[in-house]
Amino acid sequence: MRGVLSHGAYLPYRRLDRATIAAVAGAGGGTGTRTVAGFDEDSTTMAVEAGRLALRTAPPGVDAGRLLFSTVTPAYVDKTNAAAIHAALRLDRSAPALDVGGAVRSAAGALRLALDGGPPTLVTAADVRTGLPGSADEAGGGDGAAAVLVGDEDDGPLVAELIGAGAATEEFLDRWRTPGDVRSKQWEERFGELHYVALGEAAWAEALSATGLEAGQVDRVVVAATHGRAAKALGRRLGVAPDAVADDLAATVGMTGAAHPALLLSSLLEAAEPGQVLALVVLADGADVLLFRTTDAIVDRRPVRPVAAQVAAGGPIDYGAFLRWRGMLTAEPPRRPEPARVSASAAARNGDWKFGFVANRDDTGDVVLPPAPGEGHQQVPMADATGVVVTSTIDRLAYSPSPPIVFAVVDFDGGGRLPVELTDVDADGLTAGDRVELTFRRLSTADGIANYFWKVRPARLADHPRQEATA
Amino acid sequence: MGSHGIRDRVAIVGMGCTRFAEHFDLGVDDLLLDACGQAFTAAAVTTDDVDAYWLGTAQSGMSGMVLAKPLRLEGKPVTRVENMCATGSEALRQAVYAVASGAYDVAMAVGVEKVKDSGYAGLNAYPLPGDGTARTLTAAAMFSMVAPAYAERYGVDQGELKAVLARIAAKNHFNGARNPRAQFRREVSAEQICAMPAVAGELGVFDCAGVADGAAAAVVVRAEDAHRYTDSPLYVKALSFVAGNGTGLSDPGYDYTTFPEVVRTAEDAYAQAGVTDPRAELAMAEVHDCFTPTELVLMEDLGFSERGQGWKDVEAGVYDLHGELPVNPDGGLKSFGHPVGASGLRMLFEAWLQLRGESPEERRIATVAPGRTLALTHNLGGYPGEMVSFVGIVGTEPS
Repeated sequence: MRGVLSHGAYLPYRRLDRATIAAVAGAGGGTGTRTVAGFDEDSTTMAVEAGRLALRTAPPGVDAGRLLFSTVTPAYVDKTNAAAIHAALRLDRSAPALDVGGAVRSAAGALRLALDGGPPTLVTAADVRTGLPGSADEAGGGDGAAAVLVGDEDDGPLVAELIGAGAATEEFLDRWRTPGDVRSKQWEERFGELHYVALGEAAWAEALSATGLEAGQVDRVVVAATHGRAAKALGRRLGVAPDAVADDLAATVGMTGAAHPALLLSSLLEAAEPGQVLALVVLADGADVLLFRTTDAIVDRRPVRPVAAQVAAGGPIDYGAFLRWRGMLTAEPPRRPEPARVSASAAARNGDWKFGFVANRDDTGDVVLPPAPGEGHQQVPMADATGVVVTSTIDRLAYSPSPPIVFAVVDFDGGGRLPVELTDVDADGLTAGDRVELTFRRLSTADGIANYFWKVRPARLADHPRQEATA
Repeated sequence: MGSHGIRDRVAIVGMGCTRFAEHFDLGVDDLLLDACGQAFTAAAVTTDDVDAYWLGTAQSGMSGMVLAKPLRLEGKPVTRVENMCATGSEALRQAVYAVASGAYDVAMAVGVEKVKDSGYAGLNAYPLPGDGTARTLTAAAMFSMVAPAYAERYGVDQGELKAVLARIAAKNHFNGARNPRAQFRREVSAEQICAMPAVAGELGVFDCAGVADGAAAAVVVRAEDAHRYTDSPLYVKALSFVAGNGTGLSDPGYDYTTFPEVVRTAEDAYAQAGVTDPRAELAMAEVHDCFTPTELVLMEDLGFSERGQGWKDVEAGVYDLHGELPVNPDGGLKSFGHPVGASGLRMLFEAWLQLRGESPEERRIATVAPGRTLALTHNLGGYPGEMVSFVGIVGTEPS
């Protein structure tokens, strides 16, 4: 039996109130909020965050033997983005890291491929959803990431077993984007809806027949779709109880593109009880259906940062900053030299530090960040460390893609100090004594090269305590 | 520290210093010719009389040829040195040691920086290829963390400390207003300084050193030869230098209220010079006031004020032009400006003028007297937790 060993999702901190869009863009917007990736986040960094969370609750001793990454908005083409995720997650060198990219369906397909067999596989997906100001994609999209560790029951106890799957494919034109463009375009909505509902029904029937279950026996179903009307229409035709259709997070998060299938699956799993039948339906250039049955293990291995808790923990961003961060509004940069491009050889030499945030102990036994040079020092992985702000400052002069820089001297629990940049924080929102945690970010970009490293951010969410099994 | 010192073995017999300013119409060559020309004249020597040269520049050129070309030196050794913002002092140190060693009879230390050709505000270091993990904070932001740390450690109200820091800037502007070579020749009140918008932490633009182009130069000779060049040489009493190992940044015990590298160089320099009570024995000090909190902490690190008392001494006017120990009587980095490679020698230039009674009357200090003929220069580069520090002491009386 194959299924889900652990899972996790990552939602960026900022939330755009859709009601603020129309006043500037002249149209668009709506009700509710969407998640907004930080100026220092991209699909790679968010996938790292989701991957970290998924691995936190992996069964002891299970290592990902394969990494898959899907996104519609890759930091690079021609270069594999999954390699940086692999490095940040400190996966074994023997584990292949592969981009399964380009379209939203790739993310559903990667999950399906991992469920077909092979080593324990960390399936990650992330997206930054963009659209022109005032567009439906801008308001309805959301940014985020999710990761699912897939494996066999022999690898460790599964939290959910795959019990059936179905798929349906047709070539038809609904959404499209030219590589390099910042927006997608969409054909007339009704045309796509008709195709998607038919494809969804076909895949649904195939999956159910594989299990021998009736639709009414499915406890919870969630539809991740690039076509909102089709998702709603299909949901009414699946034959499940009306309240069995779970929240697709459209009102609070938005449609997160390639991240959405795994994000919604994680959202379903975190709230599920043992023995439930859960269905993930994906409509994206075809239809994919995955049916799971949860196990007793689900109770002991809830995600440490549930989606629901992250949805509730956002902070606002104004529409102007949103437009600047997405490159839709070009603001005057600081009159300081822009950062130099990263040296490939220096980054490779220092990969454990740069990507993995691995410090070491010096001759006196103290934790040293960055790691002390020389041979024979014990490595100290620090990415999951938390710490406290000793002192902080605001740099209104230094170059930043989104000035000012908020900066702090941080003492980590268990030893080690680092002066380090803050993120996900307002300029006046930090005081000495605040607790912080590490987050993987894209510091800058020069010559097309993304400079990835770690920052700290306020530790707003306590790790969700692992729940005890209830009687 | 394992230094022996070379007290009174080398003398400064001629100095020069350009005006520090936004010299958009002058290049590195022009600045070097001006400063060196003044020094040659003061020491009554020619380029040929100088046996060897040390040129300090942080990033306005590479190699000794930066100096050899404009001076049209013939077959002379010229060494280019760099030690961040202490580069000018490093040039002096090397030239003085070269003479003390006996290798040369006459040497010259020159510092120059052409900052204003970059097209950017502030000081900007050339980027070195790296892994992209290095901090990109400005010096202003790094030093801004000193003020709240000091306030907390010594229980000083933040608002009161801000006023103390403004008083430091106002004092340096007062002095600079009386200095025709200074970049900013305008008095600025503490109230005006406090009212400036913040640029880094609580620091406003008037808490920061001026950014200027400029050059300074010194001719040094064996002490026993000094009177062949001038009637009033300055004798080198001490030269101390420390390059920090950067552990302050990663040491949870470091609290941003002191610069240990400065403490080490001060102790070493006082030992070399035989100074036991710097506040009473020194007639003046030029210190590296890159930001106002820096000067405050230096008053304690250099042993002028007791720990935690520096802010009170500033308030009491101890370091004013006519205070108990004048600090930065030429206006300091704040008002004189900070062409990186030149600043260390600019500090020495003020000692050259003041100790020898050549400073303009409107800013002449009253502390120089028989038995009190020493001046200290302090020059640093880097940031709290990772810096280089230089302390030099010169005097008019050989011991």
